[in-house]
Order: sequence, then structure tokens, then C-alpha cells
Amino acid sequence: MNHYPMWKYLLILLIVAAAALYALPNLYPNVPAVQISHESGELSDTTLNVVKKAFAKNGIATQGEEQQDNKLLMRFSDDETQLKAQDIAKDTLDGQHIVALNLAPATPNWLRSLGASPMSLGLDLRGGVHFLLQVDMDAAKNKAINNYVSSFRTSLREAKQKRFSVTENNGQVNVKFRDAESRIAGLDALRSEYGNELAFDENEESGDYFVTAKISEEALNEIQTLAVQQNIQTLRNRVNELGVAEPVIQQQGAERIVVQLPGVQDTAKAKEILGATATVEFRMVDEQNDPFAAAETGRVPVGSVLYYERDSKNPILLKRSVMLTGDRVINATSGFDENGTPAAIITLDSQGANRFSKVTGENIKKLMAVVFIDNKTITVNKDGEKIRKTIKSEEVISVARIQEQLSKRFQIEGLDSTHEALKLSLLLRAGALAAPVEIVEERTVGPSLGKQNIELGKKSILIGLMLVMIFMLLYYKVFGLAANFALAANLILIIGVMSLIPGATLTLPGIAGIVLTVGMAVDANVLIFERIREELRIGNSPQASIHAGYAKALSTIADANITTLIAAVVLFVFGTGPIKGFAVTLSIGIVCSMFTAIMGTRALVNLYYGNKKTPSLAI
Amino acid sequence: MQLLKDNINLDFMGKRKFALALSLTLIVISIAAIVMRGLNLGIDFTGGTLVEVGYSESVELVSVRQALESSGYGDSIVQYFGTAKDVLIRLPVLDSDDDKAKLSNNVLEALEVTGKPEMRRVEFVGPQVGDELRDKGGLAMLYALIGILIYVALRFEWRFSLGSVAALIHDVIIVVGFFAITQVEFDLTVLAALLAVIGYSLNDTIVVFDRIRENFRRLRKETSKGVINTSINQTLSRTLMTSLTTLLVLMALFQFGGEVIHSFSIALIVGVLVGTYSSIYVASSSLLALNVSKEDLMQEVVENPNEDGSQV
Repeated sequence: MNHYPMWKYLLILLIVAAAALYALPNLYPNVPAVQISHESGELSDTTLNVVKKAFAKNGIATQGEEQQDNKLLMRFSDDETQLKAQDIAKDTLDGQHIVALNLAPATPNWLRSLGASPMSLGLDLRGGVHFLLQVDMDAAKNKAINNYVSSFRTSLREAKQKRFSVTENNGQVNVKFRDAESRIAGLDALRSEYGNELAFDENEESGDYFVTAKISEEALNEIQTLAVQQNIQTLRNRVNELGVAEPVIQQQGAERIVVQLPGVQDTAKAKEILGATATVEFRMVDEQNDPFAAAETGRVPVGSVLYYERDSKNPILLKRSVMLTGDRVINATSGFDENGTPAAIITLDSQGANRFSKVTGENIKKLMAVVFIDNKTITVNKDGEKIRKTIKSEEVISVARIQEQLSKRFQIEGLDSTHEALKLSLLLRAGALAAPVEIVEERTVGPSLGKQNIELGKKSILIGLMLVMIFMLLYYKVFGLAANFALAANLILIIGVMSLIPGATLTLPGIAGIVLTVGMAVDANVLIFERIREELRIGNSPQASIHAGYAKALSTIADANITTLIAAVVLFVFGTGPIKGFAVTLSIGIVCSMFTAIMGTRALVNLYYGNKKTPSLAI
Repeated sequence: MQLLKDNINLDFMGKRKFALALSLTLIVISIAAIVMRGLNLGIDFTGGTLVEVGYSESVELVSVRQALESSGYGDSIVQYFGTAKDVLIRLPVLDSDDDKAKLSNNVLEALEVTGKPEMRRVEFVGPQVGDELRDKGGLAMLYALIGILIYVALRFEWRFSLGSVAALIHDVIIVVGFFAITQVEFDLTVLAALLAVIGYSLNDTIVVFDRIRENFRRLRKETSKGVINTSINQTLSRTLMTSLTTLLVLMALFQFGGEVIHSFSIALIVGVLVGTYSSIYVASSSLLALNVSKEDLMQEVVENPNEDGSQV
């Protein structure tokens, strides 16, 4: 009665072996590495040779390199070489390359080809910064209201209205008219233009005729979504500047953004860069005057401003008046024009479209430029004193000829490559004015603490495991040995599963979860073994006792584990960050332990006692 | 090796009045402590800034305090963290218009005069996030209890469900009370530990309940009290064994896991002790108090379930 068919033994063996295989990469240490990528996303094949030459000149040896997914990863023997290599690579390559410090797992190739990789470690174990940013929705809303105030004025003037006043009041736009007739005409004009986004109301007060406009719920939601999306876009661009190897930038909830920067130490710099604001402006090019002459003499013609182009660094003269600002840009994507050449496709909001179509209609066949403006506050070291400075950088990112009157949707054509189009649309989106963000949570862990946490975690798992194993062996003898094998297999399974699931991240509380699982995993075995002892006590045969012990304990084990699992799942759903890590390892541990403690120990017990007729059980 | 004699038969239920008095006393003391002393809430819940720095040599707290005071952070709390080389600095939420997130960087700058410490950890929690974490934590606890209530009611009977939840609430109150009395810091990890305690204590309770249900059906001549007593005795060595192995690993975690999870391991150690006691006394005596009898459980094994369609 205590036999397993061969396939069951094989299945158990196979599962444990597979888990062991996928857990294996965790045994290989991480080696310091430098990761090089390009802002455009496309890394030239010659980069490797250029960098290697520079390294050779400076006597730096790499421990192997690989280029994958447009990322160049170079390994080094120690941290010091890694830092030197980063400096050299930065000096050698131009500013559009991102040279980041990274840790590369030293997983052997044969394991990597099986898709095996080590567990991803949380920031508390590998060191780095975690920021939670809150998008200022009130500011986004106010900005929208203020935009309506100014565009109402334009629209009413265009509708030949006189003697009206537009004011912002408590999240609404108030328009005051002199008499009922002008209100009817004015309201008609406003409704035809803004009817979709705004809800209008009329009322009278002390002889004046008012119209109040309120932003509709849908438009408000759209403002919110856009504000968060634009911020995420901007943050992605900025984080590139920091040279972080594997940044995470994600939306969390309706108005928050999580930014995780593994390995970043200089949190002051990170905060400055994340807090910067960017915008774009569309301006006409001054084609009458020579920009090179202006740049040389410093004499800029009246009504023009001197700029430089981002890539070529050539000077260019632009008209002082701004055609359109970034807050009118709803979206920008990359694509192709009708001739199949890469283009950036831009969508404007309705007020922007009106204004833009008017200006471009008057300026067909003339050159138009897009200026990218980035405001950064940085701390500079001056004579040993730290001074905060706001730096405004303005660069021309695109110059194109206006072919026809442009409106809501238009494209900037004639771009050199799809990457060029992608980059331009990215910058346009980033520059579309987004709501300001505020850091509401920060968790930074230094590299030494991260390493220490890993060491402490390993130590407590091993010591806990040893204590339990010794105890089980003394208490249940042969059966205890079976439980110990199951416990070891359980640990391998947890690590294997954690390594296999892409989203699972090991954190310090996660390690605590594993430790706790080790303690609780033997519970199933204790239940079974105590049952077997009871069965023996009432005089059942050894074989019957084993059988009954496993059978009777099963439903108890299931009940007990499912309820613990309920608690773990609730933790996962409601927990944040580190707590989630605990819930993940606890849940995986519970499920794995049911397999090893029930099937695993049974297989061992069957193997050992199954063929003996009346064995004396060492329990 | 065995912890207990084979035919152990302790009269647990006979002493349930004494246990009830003990439980009530503990709960009253806990609630009084929570109300009067309050919890030493960590910045996860209060909001604020926490900076941990490491020095290469032992450092005097006085010099750290002076450095902070001279930079205008006199209201910060400074203490050693584990060793005399590690210092923990806590700053309350400031009302100033300054960028609150940059506070930690200013503090690190101010500390440079004390011998260039290494930044080990910075935590900043804005007040709005702190409130949210607290609310979410409370909700999590509530949902876990409701989920368990439903599962146990489905698998057993509503009285078992009430009994197990009574035991869980008992455990949670006493563990939280322990944190109020000792003023050990109560942070997010302790909240996680509390939920793990719920899971653990319930695990224990379910094992006893399972045996009670089995024995009600088997020992038909026994009184309810006798059945419960027998069941507790039968599962006693398992209850003690599991608590022991769990406590062993928790001790390892407490001793070697580092300062950061000290509160977490303390919560679990207290929770496991209380949870073990509560599954014997609180959960089981509530069954007796709610008059669970064999008839209640017999229904579930009606020969022809069609006659009683309401049973699942």
C-alpha cells in the first residue's frame, strides 16, 4: 500500500531537479560591469572597438563583453577598475551615450541559454533609490483653467464681442457680459468651440449677465491621465542622464509615479534632475539675417533671438514671438509621411490648433523651428561652498519648412531616420508642459547596507534551517531525515521559482518570509508524523499507520495552509514595496512546502519502508 | 524522542475560567496601554525623515547632535543603531516650505563635520503617504479577517468561524498591546508580521478544530467538553512541536537578521506564543461557550444530502 508508481518518483525528481537548475545562477556572484547605450536607442557596432582601444591605452582589462539589445555590457574584475573604465568610456564617447555602472551576473552561458538567471534583488539588497512622486493635480487643473481664460478672450474677440470680462474663480471660468443679447451671441461662440470639454451655465447678478464654465468630469480625467503620462515621459528622458543601468519608472495609482534607480548614490543630484521642468516652443525662423554673423559679432537683429541647434551646434536666428507653447501639444508620435520617410506626428488641442492654423496659414513656405527648454536646479561647488543654481538650457531640436496650413494634426517631415523621428516625438512629449511633481516618499539604501542585508539574510536562513533540521532528526529519526530532505528541496524550489518568475523580487522582508516558511514548512510533516505515531499507538500495523497518517492529515494540512495563504494574498494586494516582497515569498513558500512535505516525504518514506513487510518504524 | 507522554490527558477545559480571566486581563492591559501610552509609530505611519549613517570608528552621539543643532536640526532624535559606529537620526515632519524631500541631503551635509560618515539608509515618508499606509494597513487586517471568517464558515460551521476570529482578534490586540507597553517601534514590517501572526495562529486553530470535528463524529458518547479536551490533548504535541520549530527560526532571525527586522521578529515571536495559547484556550473555549454539540456537526454527514439542500 505504500508504493508510488515509478512516474511519481520521476515527476518529483524532475520538479526538484528543474528547480535546482533554475536556482543555480544565484550561486554565481555578480561582477562589476559598465553598461553603454545610446540616447537614440541604437548603439553603433563600432562603439565596442572605440572603447576597447581607449581601455587598452589606459591599461584596463575587461573580463568579457557582450552587445545585446543595443546595450554594450563590459565586465571588470573589481569595483575600482569599473569606476576607472566608466570615466574613460565617458571621456571617449560623446554626450549622447549613456555610460552606467551595473552589476552583471556571472551566469555561465549554458545556463543562460536555458533562460536561467538569478533572482532580481530589491533595492534594499542591492542598494539604490526608490522615489514616489506625486503629480500636482490641482496645478494641472489650474493651468487648464487659466488656459481657458486666455483662449475665451481670443474666441470672444474673434466672435466680434466687445465689453466682456473673463475671470477665473474657484476652478471655474466666469464671463461677464453687458447685456442679454451679447451673452447669447458669446455663449454660442463659446459652445461651438468648447462644448465638448466644458459645461456652461448662465446666471444674472446685479444687472450683469454671467456665463460660468466648468470642466466636465471626462475632460478632468483626461487632464489627469495626460499629466501623469507626460511626467513619466519626461522622467524617462531625465533618468537617462543619470546613467542608471536598469531604472524603473511606473505609474502607481491615479496620480503617483514610482521611480527606482538601482545603484544610485548621489540622491541630491537625482532629486535635482527629477524635479526639473521642460517645455517646447514653436517659433518662426528669421531667414532674413545671417545667424553665423550674429553669433560671431554678438549683434542679434531686433525681433530675433539667437539659438543653437541641438545636434549640429550651428547657430540659428528665431523670431522673438512664440507661435505655440508645449502645453498645447496633446501628443506626439513617430511614424511615416505619405512618401514613406520618417516623420513626427503631432496632435494639438483645439485652442492650439486654431492659433496654429492661423499663424502657419500666413507663413507657408517659411521655416519653423521647435525649441526645447529644460529648467534644472543644480548644486554647484564654488570655493568650497555649495550654491544652488537654476540652469535653463534652450536648444533647437527641429527645423522644418511649412508646406501648407497646419491644424490639429500635423507632421514634421523630412527626418533622417526612424530614430530621429522617435527622438523628436519623445522630446515633444516631454516638453509638453506637464504638472509639477513632488517627492512624497524616498527610500535609499547604501551599497554597504545592501550587501550586509544579504549576508544577514543568508545567515539567518542557514542557521534557522540547521536548528530545525537537527531538531527534526532527533525527534523523528528516519522520518525526520525525510522531512529534512523535503525542507532542503523546499528551499531550492522557492529560490528556483523566485528566479523563474520575472516580476518576483527578493527583498529583506522577503528573506524573512523564507525564514518563516522554513519554520512553518515542517508543520505539515509534524502533523503527519504525529498521526502515524497515534495510529501505531492504537495498535495498527506499521504500513497501515503510514498510510492512515498521510491520509488523515491531508485535509488538516490543506485547511491550515489555505487560510495562511489567504492572509498572504491579502498582504500582497494591500501591501506596498517591501511588504509585497514578504507576501510573495510567503505564498510561494506555502505552496512549495505543501508539495515537498506531502509528496516529497511520502516518496522517501515509501522508498525506505515500502518494500518491508513489517518494518519497525524509526519515528 | 517525545515531548509528552503517550496517554497525556490534561483537563484544559476545566481550567477555562482561569484562562478566560487571564485572557481578559491581558486584553484589558493591552487596550489600556494602547490608549494611554500609544504606539511608538515608525515614520512609515507618521511621516518624517530617517537617516542611518555608518562611521568607520565609534562616534559620540553628542558630537552628532551638536553638528545637527548647529545646522538647525535641533529637534532631531539621535541614537545608536546596533553598534556605536551606526547612528540613526529621525526628523519629524517639518512645516516649513522647504522641499521636504531634500531634508535628508541637508542632514547628510550637516554631518560631514563629524568625520564623513557613510550614508547607509535614508527613508522619507511624506505625511499624506503615512496616513495612507496606516489606512491601508488597517484595511488589510480587516479584509484578512473577513476572508478567513468566510473560509472557516464554509469549511466548518459559523461557530467555528466565530471562535477562530475571536482567537485572532485576541492575538492581534495582545501583540499590539505588547508594542504599546514596550514602546518597540511599530512600522510597516510589524504590520506584515501581524498578518503573518494571523495566518500562523489560524493555522494552529484549524488543526485543533479539525480534530474536534473529527472527534465529535467519532466519540458519540462523550460530552462536548470531553470531546474538546480529548482533541486538544491529541493535537498537543503537534501544537508544541510546530511552535517550537517556528520559534527556533524566529530566534535565528532575531539574533542574526539585523536591526532592520528586529521589530518584525519580536512581533512574530510574541505572536506565535500568544497564538499557540489562543488556539487552545480562546478558540476552543468559545466553541464550548457557543454550545457546539455533535448534532451541529452530524448534519454535515447526512446520508442523503438531498433532503437538506441547504447543506454543502
